[in-house]
Amino acid sequence: MAPAPEARAAERRAHERRVRRRSAVVAAASTVAVLAAVVLGVPRLPRWDRVRRSFFDGERFADSLPRLLEAFWLDVRIFAWCTPVIFGLGLVVAILRNSRAPALFPARALTVAYVDVMRGVPVILWIYLVGFGVPGLGLERPWNSPLLWGSVALCLTYGAYVAEVFRAGIESIHEGQRAAARSLGLSASQTMRFVVLPQAVRRVMPPLMNDLVSLQKDVALVSLIGPIEILRQAGIDKSKFANFTPYVAAAAVFLCITIPLTRVADWLVARERRRTAGTVVR
Amino acid sequence: MSVAAPRLRLDAVRKAFGDAVVLDGVSLDVAAGEVVTFIGASGSGKTTLLRCINLLEPIDDGAILLDGDEISRVGRDPNPVRRRIGIVFQAFNLFPHMSVRRNVTLALTEVLGLDREEARARADGLLERFGLAGRADAYPDRLSGGQQQRVAIVRALAMSPEVLLLDEVTSALDPALVGEVLDVVRELRGSGITMLIATHEMAFAREISDRVCFLDGGRIAESGPPERIFGDAADERTRRFLRRAVPPRD
Repeated sequence: MAPAPEARAAERRAHERRVRRRSAVVAAASTVAVLAAVVLGVPRLPRWDRVRRSFFDGERFADSLPRLLEAFWLDVRIFAWCTPVIFGLGLVVAILRNSRAPALFPARALTVAYVDVMRGVPVILWIYLVGFGVPGLGLERPWNSPLLWGSVALCLTYGAYVAEVFRAGIESIHEGQRAAARSLGLSASQTMRFVVLPQAVRRVMPPLMNDLVSLQKDVALVSLIGPIEILRQAGIDKSKFANFTPYVAAAAVFLCITIPLTRVADWLVARERRRTAGTVVR
Repeated sequence: MSVAAPRLRLDAVRKAFGDAVVLDGVSLDVAAGEVVTFIGASGSGKTTLLRCINLLEPIDDGAILLDGDEISRVGRDPNPVRRRIGIVFQAFNLFPHMSVRRNVTLALTEVLGLDREEARARADGLLERFGLAGRADAYPDRLSGGQQQRVAIVRALAMSPEVLLLDEVTSALDPALVGEVLDVVRELRGSGITMLIATHEMAFAREISDRVCFLDGGRIAESGPPERIFGDAADERTRRFLRRAVPPRD
């Protein structure tokens, strides 16, 4: 005879408890094993002492950190003014590329060329070309600032990446959505604005945030044409101390920004899913 | 028939996708308030015909007239016409990022130019009428298929269209949910709205229609009142289709 329903439920709960406990034990044991291997193993490497002194010097770290943070403020500002420009540019390019109006054909062709050219060359090369090239035209202050043109180069390259992300999002919206909107009498541009774009932007939030995290790091490339931001400052301190610790400190500063940024992105995506979807399949 | 122009006239409508001729000269007059159903095998052109009437697909030849006015004329702005001809799709096509209420009010505020209060009042009134009052703030993914399709019907009705096109509105539903959607269509019959319905629900077509059109190979092979089509079809193709589509009664 089968056990009573309550007994079956109790048995099932007990089984699930056992499975959970076993998972926790295995996870803890493997974590301890890996940590032990790193903590005990790395110091046994032949040159570890020298590496520790030249990369992980606590005193040098504390000494250079305030200067690095101050320099990092410039990175934050470049990031802050580039981000809205990049999103605006990317959105306009993506919409133009998806447009069907014959009058916009030249704009469409231009956007295709723009995206191909920008994506086909490393960011650092664009920063050199635009950052050194445009001020070379003999512009007056403040229009000859490498900071300005370095930022422009970042906006142009990232605008192309972001445009492709937006375009993928726009194209992923099912044709039925457009049909429904048009059948209600909405114009093509109203359909784009109210129905397609809001869904497309939500859908591409994760890759967009990914691009933002990349941008946050690539801002440091602007230092190569002059401005003293964190990477440059770390280089200066490294030369002064004859020690690499400032680079490690700079890396730590970057992580303090990029890791929370990634978590915020995950949280935004999860919140959106909870709001609109009935059930979440794990 | 009265001498007034029919509400909707199809005059030798032709439509092909590449080499595939989907509509091969469809002609039909539909009077105001009439309910016409289209039956026929998958691929017989039912969906394409409805999409052409809503101007979602341009036709290749022929003409579509609404109250004697040729709406299919090349170069004509389709948006004013679409306000007068609503369509409900097989796959609902609700906007998933908007609440049920916003799904209904979007075109009211953006196309008809109603202010938010008016649009909201109209939407809530219709949602209430079709038993959806409690779901106005929910998002479509939280609703059952039957509820979603009823919202889609409300969304189309909110524009006060003169003609409503229903494209296999129950084909994507669980059998248990078909009834609630068909009840909505029953309620609309006799409200003065003209309905063109593509369906695979033969019993429903028989019950609701003033006229049934059997589509075959992109043409109306036979049309007439439901009693005649389902009871005593003249065309051999119609009889063959119905033998397969309608289970024999015992």
